[in-house]
Amino acid sequence: MMDTRTVEVRPADSAASQEPTGVLAGQFRKRLAGRGQEFVLDVEFQVAAGFTILFGASGAGKTTLLDCVAGLAQPDSGRIAIGEQILFDAGQALNVPVAKRHVGYVFQDLALFPHLTAQQNVEYGLAHLPEPQRLERAAAMLEAFRIERLARRSAREISGGESQRVALARTLVTDPAVLLLDEPLAALDAPTKAKIMDDLRDWNRAHNIPILYVTHSRDEVFALGERVMVLHAGRIVAAGTPHDVMTAPQQETVAQLTGFENIFDATVDAVHPERGTMICRLADSCQTGAVLLETPLVRAAVGSRLRVGIRAGDILLATSLPTGLSARNVIPGRIRSVEQHDMIVSARVQCGVEMEVHLTLAARDALQLGLRKEVWLVVKTHSCHLMLS
Amino acid sequence: MDWQAFWLTLQLAVVVSVVLLGIGLPLAYWIAFSRWRWKFLVEAVVALPIVLPPTVLGFYVLVALGPRSPLGRWWIGLTGHTLAFTFGGLVIGSILYSLPFAVQPFAASFAGVDRRLMAASATLGASPLRGFFRVILPLSVPGLITGIALSFAHTMGEFGVVLMVGGNIPGVTRTVSIDIYDRVQASDYAGANATALLLLGLCFAVLAVVYGVNRKVWAVGPAK
Repeated sequence: MMDTRTVEVRPADSAASQEPTGVLAGQFRKRLAGRGQEFVLDVEFQVAAGFTILFGASGAGKTTLLDCVAGLAQPDSGRIAIGEQILFDAGQALNVPVAKRHVGYVFQDLALFPHLTAQQNVEYGLAHLPEPQRLERAAAMLEAFRIERLARRSAREISGGESQRVALARTLVTDPAVLLLDEPLAALDAPTKAKIMDDLRDWNRAHNIPILYVTHSRDEVFALGERVMVLHAGRIVAAGTPHDVMTAPQQETVAQLTGFENIFDATVDAVHPERGTMICRLADSCQTGAVLLETPLVRAAVGSRLRVGIRAGDILLATSLPTGLSARNVIPGRIRSVEQHDMIVSARVQCGVEMEVHLTLAARDALQLGLRKEVWLVVKTHSCHLMLS
Repeated sequence: MDWQAFWLTLQLAVVVSVVLLGIGLPLAYWIAFSRWRWKFLVEAVVALPIVLPPTVLGFYVLVALGPRSPLGRWWIGLTGHTLAFTFGGLVIGSILYSLPFAVQPFAASFAGVDRRLMAASATLGASPLRGFFRVILPLSVPGLITGIALSFAHTMGEFGVVLMVGGNIPGVTRTVSIDIYDRVQASDYAGANATALLLLGLCFAVLAVVYGVNRKVWAVGPAK
């Protein structure tokens, strides 16, 4: 009854093996109906050994994707496999039960068993082993994650940071073929998180399995990822190295994840690789003279067409020509409208193109902003976000 | 004080509680986790004894155990005698009568266990059965105590079903509540009072244990 693992996805006891395990490959569709609106997750991806970040805003479908891989949710169609091992294939009506997938999954809320000790939590997935082996494996894991002294502590009493370590140890001790991490470290401060990640990396140097790490934090993408996939509204809209995906001109949807009030068509006017910048000419700026913006450098040739996104809250507004600035873009213009939305004032400025600027009530009053008032817009180079049109 | 009736009742309550633990756990598990669209009908049937007059329930159990029902005929064919007016018949009637008092607290505490814990159990390679015994059951102990205690106390004091199914045979089906009734009929108020007081004290003690041991389940007031 306890040991029903007649079908093994891979040998249960292969802790010492260093050969890379199979690539996690998925191509599936899952329709979720709920709260009036329908959501469709429709993805195709490959996750090789090592860290891959799954990046997306909340509601993009990240947890649903992980649930499908783990078998906690069933796709409507498609296929999921780890190397040669098929976990799910709608065509063959094949659906390996969760318990037999060997997919490690650490939830956002960790889901430690509250009535068990840390040691018992870690031993939970080893019920198929005889006791001496079980104790040995659990002890080694507790040591690898530096939580030996918590072994007899009840999971209820273990603090943040340490409970994350227990949850990781509990999952990794079962030697999963793939590891899914659903923002388990989101609540931790950066130094604690970094230490846990180091231990996780050490573990994976020996095991070399695909690890899919979910986050909605941009910073984590650069800090942790070897590769990144961007999930937006149920689709993977970009994939590659963090540098490629996050700094290369992006699909507009990627950029819109974080919301840009100002998006303009632009042409690359000049490229300055030595300074890490380039100059973009904004479209619709023919009548009043061209609006040129200095932007960060991306892989784009002179003359190629891009779009530039600027957040309304990133733009400074001055009523006289500012000097001695680090910001490289100072654009003259006139106020076309000033509207108050709740506690934010939204000013529209005609400066060759029309830009939306957000400022506080106090700033509006101090600057005495009125219609047709002459102003200068100040935009930092790195506030200009480039995307593919 | 009719000690024979008291021991018989105690025996009945213990047997019924143990059997209800066996029947109630799988039934409560199914009620807590099944996604069958007609599940509510089963829930309604389980809850029926709460509102049904005991005489109605007792009447149908009596008919079902008697020689006119297929069930009764099958049992008579098997053993040579009827279950009506026997201790076994009492047990069956009492199980049905106390079923919701066991199943509802069980199901409520199963459903209260965080679903993510069962998901974690499954991803760690545990079968649903192992997850049930290692995770759901230990986290449902307060609900289990409540269910068992309530069915025990409920069976101790039952009257209508017992009278319909068991009659009033001393040492076989004569329980304390029937004893009390008989004494009142015979104007033995002192004797009735002694037995009634014992039953009152016992039921109070059981409920005090339930509420003392677990202050969460069925407690009035904020949880935790």
